[in-house]
Amino acid sequence: MTAATITQAPKLALRHRLAERGIDRTLLLILPGVIAIAALFCYPFIYGLGLSFQPAKGGVLGAYSAFFSDSFSEGTIWKTFSLAIPSALINVGLSVPISYRMRGDFRGKRLLLTLLVVPITLGTVLTAEGILEYFGPVGWFNLTLQKLGLVGAGHPVNLINDYWGVLFSLIISGFPFAFLLTHSYLSGIHPALEKAAATLGAGWWQRFRHVTFPLLLPGLLTTFCLTFVLGFSVFPSAIMVGDPDGKTHVISIEAYEQALQNFNYPQGCADAMIMTALMLLVIGLVMGIRALRFKGERIFYTGSTGGKG
Amino acid sequence: MEARALRMRPGTWLVWALVVFFMVNVLGVIGSVVLDSFGRTWFNGWAPQGYTSSNYSQAWDEFDLGQVMTVTFQVTLLVVAISLALGVPASYALARRDFPGKRLVMLLFVLPILVPPIAYGIPLATMLYKVHLAGSFTGVVAANLVPSVPFVVYTMTPFIEQIDPRLEQAARMCGAPTRSVLGRIIAPLLLPGMLAAGILVLVRTFGMFELTFLTAGPTSQTLVVSLFSAATSAGIRSSQNIDAMAVIYTGSMLVLLVIALRFVNPTQLVARSRD
Repeated sequence: MTAATITQAPKLALRHRLAERGIDRTLLLILPGVIAIAALFCYPFIYGLGLSFQPAKGGVLGAYSAFFSDSFSEGTIWKTFSLAIPSALINVGLSVPISYRMRGDFRGKRLLLTLLVVPITLGTVLTAEGILEYFGPVGWFNLTLQKLGLVGAGHPVNLINDYWGVLFSLIISGFPFAFLLTHSYLSGIHPALEKAAATLGAGWWQRFRHVTFPLLLPGLLTTFCLTFVLGFSVFPSAIMVGDPDGKTHVISIEAYEQALQNFNYPQGCADAMIMTALMLLVIGLVMGIRALRFKGERIFYTGSTGGKG
Repeated sequence: MEARALRMRPGTWLVWALVVFFMVNVLGVIGSVVLDSFGRTWFNGWAPQGYTSSNYSQAWDEFDLGQVMTVTFQVTLLVVAISLALGVPASYALARRDFPGKRLVMLLFVLPILVPPIAYGIPLATMLYKVHLAGSFTGVVAANLVPSVPFVVYTMTPFIEQIDPRLEQAARMCGAPTRSVLGRIIAPLLLPGMLAAGILVLVRTFGMFELTFLTAGPTSQTLVVSLFSAATSAGIRSSQNIDAMAVIYTGSMLVLLVIALRFVNPTQLVARSRD
């Protein structure tokens, strides 16, 4: 009996000690999810990274040097950024004044939010199909411009199969997304903070500039990152309403064509890795700005915005 | 009301004008597709020359939409079921326990949401080719699980956090075994959250283009992918038929959306609710 107690004591103690640090059988519940993501996300990614270093020719870095030495494929970087950065700036820039105006409660607010959700859920393919017709040479947009006398009858503004169509599609699907995020960040800022500033005699611009905006800025940087990612990975609309062999030959099209049309898997994986690296670089930069410190103090306030503290 | 409206500041007018301008353009984009789908021909002018509903039956036959719809709903429902089965237990453990490496697990679950589908879809499709799953139904479901499981985790974790753990402790004190704590205490409390997460995954999977496009074969295409294929290989097909298919897609999406909005807040469709 004593022997049993002795052998059992350290086992119990170890289990107890682990449980104190939060490790017990409940943690097993995480395993299925973690295994699924590891098998379907991490493993393919590492596999692709490994494959990108095994091109048919050119040595270990052959696929990467092939990408950067060809001006057509290298140009996709510039083309992608020139779509993603303006669209993200426009989307965030428009969301701030609009959601600032709509931070209060008013009649029909839920309806408006619902209407704004529609373009997100429609998805890029349908939006692109609509843009082709609406912004096309004989579409309603050009007809309206002609009626208003802004363009001549025979000279419609050419917006589709061009840079502009893709930019419009990024705004139509990206602006509602940015707006809803900004709106939820804004409603997280307690109205009492602004009221306090108003009591102290601040006008609306001062209240916005010195109270609301600094509190909103971290949220805006996150919103910028997310809309940037949307624009950076633009794919179906760049093919449908853009000029996929020219002005809107973005990096995702290049990677897709290499991997699944030319069946050059190492090159396609290398392109996907370059794409991920560039995206993480931009997100890292923006998040770095967010964490910037000046003389030991954070420049951006990232603490509670609930107004209770 | 009228007098108040007229006294609005110019800034307010400008903001509303922007919103209205955006909405008018969105309505134009959707409206021209819907109108064209009922048109006979529409080469120029404000409206088609004559209306018909035969585009729909033509599109249904030409694109084999019966089969496509079946595949779409099978894929979507399977993805919802599997991602809930994998995601809910994980989010329960993440909400209730603080353990070393928790931040790492959270990072693992945030990456598939953050990295664009095209960037990980290409290596994933390559891997699926190697294991001979590319183009198969299984491959499409597996690919769609990648963003769905983390999405369930991130919607459910805050939901579980706000359920008082003392309810479970009280049940245990009263002598309930784990099985009845799970079945009779936790599951009923989790049901509304699982419903919301499931519907959100449903809407997102139904509209997910990139991953399905990269992994689907001819017999495992979902509606949005065959819409894309029809639209990009146009020329031999009439645009009216493609638009009819687009309207079928929009209609199904709107039905799902109306169902979704009965259970969730609009802002939850893009991010998890912050309040």
